[in-house]
Amino acid sequence: MQTEFLIQIKDLKASIDNKEILKGLSLEVKPGEIHAIMGPNGSGKSTLANVLTGREIATVTAGTVTFEGKNLLEMSPEERAREGIFLSFQYPIEIPGVSMVNFMKTAINEQRKHRGLEPLSASEFLRQMREKKELVEIDSALTNRSVNEGFSGGEKKKNEIFQMAMLEPRLALLDETDSGLDIDALRIVANGVNKIRRPDTSVIVITHYQRLLDYIVPDFVHVLYDGRIVKSGGPELALKLEERGYDWIRKEAEVSEETWTTDRK
Amino acid sequence: MENDQDKLLGEVTSGEYKYGFVTDIETDVIPKGLSEDVVRLISAKKEEPEWMLEFRLKAFRHWQTMKMPNWAHLRIPEIDYQEIIFYAAPKQKKSLNSLSDVDPELLKTFDKLGIPLEEQKHLAGVAVDAVMDSISVKTTFRETLAEMGIIFCSFSEAVKEHPGLVQKYLASVVPYTDNFFATLNSAVFSDGSFCYIPKGVRCPMELSTYFRINASNTGQFERTLLIADEDAYVSYLEGCTAPMRDENQLHAAVVEIVAERGAEVKYSTVQNWYPGDKEGKGGIFNFVTKRGICKGDNSKISWTQVETGSAITWKYPSCILRGNNSVGEFYSVAVTNNYQQADTGTKMIHIGRNTKSTIVSKGISAGFGQNSYRGLVKVLGKAEGARNFSQCDSLLLGDKCGAHTFPYIEVDNPSAIVEHEATTSRIGEDQIFYCNQRGISTEDAIGLIVNGYAREVINKLPMEFAVEAQKLLQISLEGSVG
Repeated sequence: MQTEFLIQIKDLKASIDNKEILKGLSLEVKPGEIHAIMGPNGSGKSTLANVLTGREIATVTAGTVTFEGKNLLEMSPEERAREGIFLSFQYPIEIPGVSMVNFMKTAINEQRKHRGLEPLSASEFLRQMREKKELVEIDSALTNRSVNEGFSGGEKKKNEIFQMAMLEPRLALLDETDSGLDIDALRIVANGVNKIRRPDTSVIVITHYQRLLDYIVPDFVHVLYDGRIVKSGGPELALKLEERGYDWIRKEAEVSEETWTTDRK
Repeated sequence: MENDQDKLLGEVTSGEYKYGFVTDIETDVIPKGLSEDVVRLISAKKEEPEWMLEFRLKAFRHWQTMKMPNWAHLRIPEIDYQEIIFYAAPKQKKSLNSLSDVDPELLKTFDKLGIPLEEQKHLAGVAVDAVMDSISVKTTFRETLAEMGIIFCSFSEAVKEHPGLVQKYLASVVPYTDNFFATLNSAVFSDGSFCYIPKGVRCPMELSTYFRINASNTGQFERTLLIADEDAYVSYLEGCTAPMRDENQLHAAVVEIVAERGAEVKYSTVQNWYPGDKEGKGGIFNFVTKRGICKGDNSKISWTQVETGSAITWKYPSCILRGNNSVGEFYSVAVTNNYQQADTGTKMIHIGRNTKSTIVSKGISAGFGQNSYRGLVKVLGKAEGARNFSQCDSLLLGDKCGAHTFPYIEVDNPSAIVEHEATTSRIGEDQIFYCNQRGISTEDAIGLIVNGYAREVINKLPMEFAVEAQKLLQISLEGSVG
């Protein structure tokens, strides 16, 4: 059955060490849409990224996640990646001795195999590397080094976006991509995301602050609070949060017994 | 050509232990057990001259006074030397004039191992000496090498055809009294490779010996002697496999290298003896003495080893740096998975002035494996300006395995500089998840991470071996996480 949504999260509950973190989260994203998920620390933002990418830290206790009509929760982390889900890590991991070239080539060819395509030829692969490096303004020396080894915070984040450019995901999850970036690096990273997005690429931006959303302008902004989406709106909601903080949300959430769902216009 | 090589190496290195088959071939075996008569019998079988027999007997008599060493961090079950067969040879026609004289079963065996003995088919630029059980089966490219004065043949042939060279160098680096296993080897060694590179000659191809244990209840005791005369160069490779058997089999080899003034020898090993099954049953006991001497000034010996096989490994390829400005190197990756144990490392003995040594050891432990690095850096009083750098890293997969480091440093010259660095790390769940999130499966992720960790050593291997070693590392660790 074809669905108009790329990903559909329904009443998702998940716990870590028996503590419920997501308490019935629902979200629907259509192809090409950008959604921002904002919320105070501890609201469940990172857990959502973990659950969607299949990291075993969190256990799903209820709810469904459908990705392009398929049950996402049944898939292994690598299958999800091959299906086109990409996570830009909040803290990218170093893998000493493994060259970026080798890493990227392995990743791309796994993805191609999944889609029934032949592995990329060496020359085509290197051509793509060059092209995408320019697109995201990453120093070409970085891709000659080991994965994230000895990279600065900003370089690591750029490297995430470079990998996103190479893998061309259907859905990109940007987990606190703005954290630890100065304003120039932030601009480069955000512009990179904008440049590599195709019209049907969807993005979920997970962020504490509004400033990234000046560059990656969301179609929808959702406020995550205590494991639920408690408020949804347009970009103006992010500005309001920036201005007023999360306290008023807290107050509103506490008086409401309702479970909030995506407020679609 | 390159694709063919990849394909070939891919075939022989994919999946679990693939070399576990047994060749059905008529074998000439002597009765089990060890005595002076057995030593004489081996010598007689090989039609050896008197001096060779004398050497064996001296060694045997000395061995009888020795005890098995127990200082290594290993648990070795008692070995009953009267239960071992000390000589087994695949039966074949007396003299081998051409490949068609080699038993087709033997050819098939080495073909299966990816070691074709037909020269035109062989990997370009590698000459092979194939040793099965106690006997050298075939040495390729001998004529080509002979034109340059290079001698590359089985040890037995060298004893007959080049007795002067053998007598001059045999036991000159590892004396027959050296240690329990080397002494045993000196008494009963059956075959192995002999190589001599004359003055000023750069050997144009990789020389390689491929060791195969086939017969059951048999020990393999080969002896390799490598001589690089003044300003000569050679790169030598050694590979080994064995069938899967429930009982343990003993392998006690000796390798001696002599580098004269200005000579350079590069010795690479990919050791893939059968490691035993997942419960630790069976597998090879690999108790090997490897040592080289940089005899002349400006000479260099470099050991590179990738140790993935054997139930127990006890091995310390070493360099005696006697010549001034001589250089010794040791690059090692040792993997222990399931119930494998390894106690391996090196000794660098600095005697000459301005001698330099480098040690890079990468241990990888998984399952219930125990992996120890044991190394000695010794700087003698006259070794003015000696330098050593050692780096010993351990990588742990899982929480039931062990990594241990036993560095010994003895410095008797105040101008020496000796550095030692050591790290222990664990493959992180987060590293594996990071790979998963890019579409890479957990098995492949471990392969990538481990090969990244071992890259410094793998890079030292000749190309053909590097590809094999990389795949081997991954296979050895299959099923070790998750």
